[in-house]
Amino acid sequence: MPDLGRAALVTSFLLLVYALVAGSYAAWSGRRRLAASAQNALLAAFGATAVASAVLLAALARHDFSFQYVAQHTSRELPLGYTLTAFWGGQEGSLLLWLLVLCGYSVAAVLTARRAGREVLAWVVPTLGLVGTFFALLLVFVASPFATQAAPADGAGLNPSLQNPYMAVHPPMLYLGYVGLTVPFAFAMGALLARRADERWIVATRRWTLAAWAFLGVGQLLGAHWAYVEIGWGGYYAWDPVENAALMPWLAATAFLHSVMIQEKRGMLKVWNVLLVVLAFCLSLFGTFLTRSGIIQSIHSFTQSSIGPWFLGFICLITAASLALVFLRLPLLRSKTRLESLVSREATFLYNNLLLVALALTILWGVVYPLLSEAVTGEAATVSKPYYNFFLHSFGLPLLLLMGIGPLVAWRRASLRALGRTFLWPASAAVAAGIALLAAGAGSSRIGVIAYTFSIFALASIVLEFARGTSARRALGGVGWGGAFSSLIARNRRRYGGYVVHASVVLLAIGVAGSSAYQTVREGRLHPGDSMTVAGHRLVFRGFETRTESNHRAIRANVDVYRGGDYLGRYRPGKNQYFAEDQVSNEVSIRHDPLTGGDLFLIADQVNSDGSIDLKALQKPLVNLIWLAGLVFLGGALIALWPDAREERRLAERYEGAAVRI
Amino acid sequence: MSLALLVGALLAIGSVVLVAAPFLREPTPSDDRLLRPGEAEQRRLAQAEERDRALSALKELEFDHRTGKVSDDDYRRLVGVLRQRAAETLRAGG
Repeated sequence: MPDLGRAALVTSFLLLVYALVAGSYAAWSGRRRLAASAQNALLAAFGATAVASAVLLAALARHDFSFQYVAQHTSRELPLGYTLTAFWGGQEGSLLLWLLVLCGYSVAAVLTARRAGREVLAWVVPTLGLVGTFFALLLVFVASPFATQAAPADGAGLNPSLQNPYMAVHPPMLYLGYVGLTVPFAFAMGALLARRADERWIVATRRWTLAAWAFLGVGQLLGAHWAYVEIGWGGYYAWDPVENAALMPWLAATAFLHSVMIQEKRGMLKVWNVLLVVLAFCLSLFGTFLTRSGIIQSIHSFTQSSIGPWFLGFICLITAASLALVFLRLPLLRSKTRLESLVSREATFLYNNLLLVALALTILWGVVYPLLSEAVTGEAATVSKPYYNFFLHSFGLPLLLLMGIGPLVAWRRASLRALGRTFLWPASAAVAAGIALLAAGAGSSRIGVIAYTFSIFALASIVLEFARGTSARRALGGVGWGGAFSSLIARNRRRYGGYVVHASVVLLAIGVAGSSAYQTVREGRLHPGDSMTVAGHRLVFRGFETRTESNHRAIRANVDVYRGGDYLGRYRPGKNQYFAEDQVSNEVSIRHDPLTGGDLFLIADQVNSDGSIDLKALQKPLVNLIWLAGLVFLGGALIALWPDAREERRLAERYEGAAVRI
Repeated sequence: MSLALLVGALLAIGSVVLVAAPFLREPTPSDDRLLRPGEAEQRRLAQAEERDRALSALKELEFDHRTGKVSDDDYRRLVGVLRQRAAETLRAGG
């Protein structure tokens, strides 16, 4: 079986090299059959990579420890679900997943890109082939998942923090996001190589970009929830370099999704949009590099490896080649129109873009600086939470405000009188909320009050936008309120789906501000019968209990929780001792309060031999709004992604005749 | 091992056939050029995009006016320019 895996990977590598070389020659020399053949090579590469993936999955399922990868990342006692998710638990498997997803995206995007134009598509194929070749090369020559050995009796097991149901969805979601950004990159480069500055590449990749961005967003929230319930430190985001690595391309893609609307509506920002696509893709490569190279100390860095220089070289190559191409095509990308006013919808998009990119770049600097300082001085400087929080507040709060301002401002230009009228209700709601918060004693955190006030402003402007739109649609006659509301959304899914996503970001901001600026923390050593209080809750420690599972021993502290005179239940924070891995993990216990949206979060910091416990308790107000934000985000993304028959007809008419496959 | 060999062989053969398919389907095509849009086609595309942009701007203005985001004065000042632009793009054949 390992031979089949290796052969499938070599086949995939050769096919991708063919797609790159033959595809480039076909596009350059204008040979139709050769271009179609290169496109088919992408299809075949997907099949070959799928076979390689099936071989690895089968080896995992059969506990075939003659595969080094299987022996290093699983054990006989590991439950089947986690055994299969170990596919992406290590470096080689992760790279194979990258390649599989890339080939899948390539096939789907190329086959459905009816409107890209055949001369653009002819260049898209070798661009996708280039990225695929790089990953296949790593898998064949540097980090093969099919390396074999004399089979040991048992494997080393899976890192305990990866033994969590989120392991099944968080990494694949992130990969779908990271890899999905290859599609807009390939089409943007294809358009530039084919010397086409029209919008066909944008139309062809609109949904792919949106889908990749949505996967990346949902993947990060799933990761945050995983960290919250599994890692056991009481938080959900630690500004860990690898967490940042997923955030940066998401921010760049968010900027692109906004600025591309200016290109579609006004024909402006063509250079900026291409640069954003390049930035988002390079940051997604950088994210994979950070996770997989072992160059940084992170909870996500499971292995030290030799692929770092390869990745760095490829990122440099892609960045240099893309920027050179953009520079060469600058004359094609000049806009004919200019910004008419600094008070207009497009201007707010521009401000939003500058803030998003500034935030992404400051985070990038925070990630890169320790690496650079280590390379130069031999000592790694530390960039920690205060640095990131400073820039999050500096750029994030204005972004929150802009989310409220943007929908209220008209395209092209807005007069002060019209602005005064549209701002009246949201601004009044925000000021009233701010005063109420100060009166309620929320002034202990200045940032918290500002975040809440801006959030209320943004939320009010979104509600107002839906209400006014529905009212205007209803005034046209023929429909009731419900019909007008659904027609409003159906006629402009991207805009109203976007507003729903904005609402999710507001929920996220409220949840983050509440759970960080207003959280209460108490720690104490308790013997059986002792108690401590936190934010109105009394916690009584009753003693430990242990049980043995197939692959670990679980120790749990029984903690009874009371509020006032009411008994709220027994909670069991503790630790798991994993046998094969010889590691201990924190297992937290959380009491959700559906009425307030807050959590009581219990951590067994230390289980002492005298029968006592070092208990840490956190009261985190509104933290559940963060997870609710994830659902709302998904709903907004789905609305924006949903096919729009009217738009399809308009595009079909626009690109009639130009819309053909190779 | 025999199953692995069979799958491997099928994969190799299938890949070769798929890659060669365009040449097998058309061994001697009358025209093997990858057609690129000519000047006229490119102009038509640009005009169609410009036409859609102008019509969409007009629709946005109407909607923003109805929802109160654009004042009557601003509407009167902008609508003429946008209608003229839309008419020009339609006349240009977009």
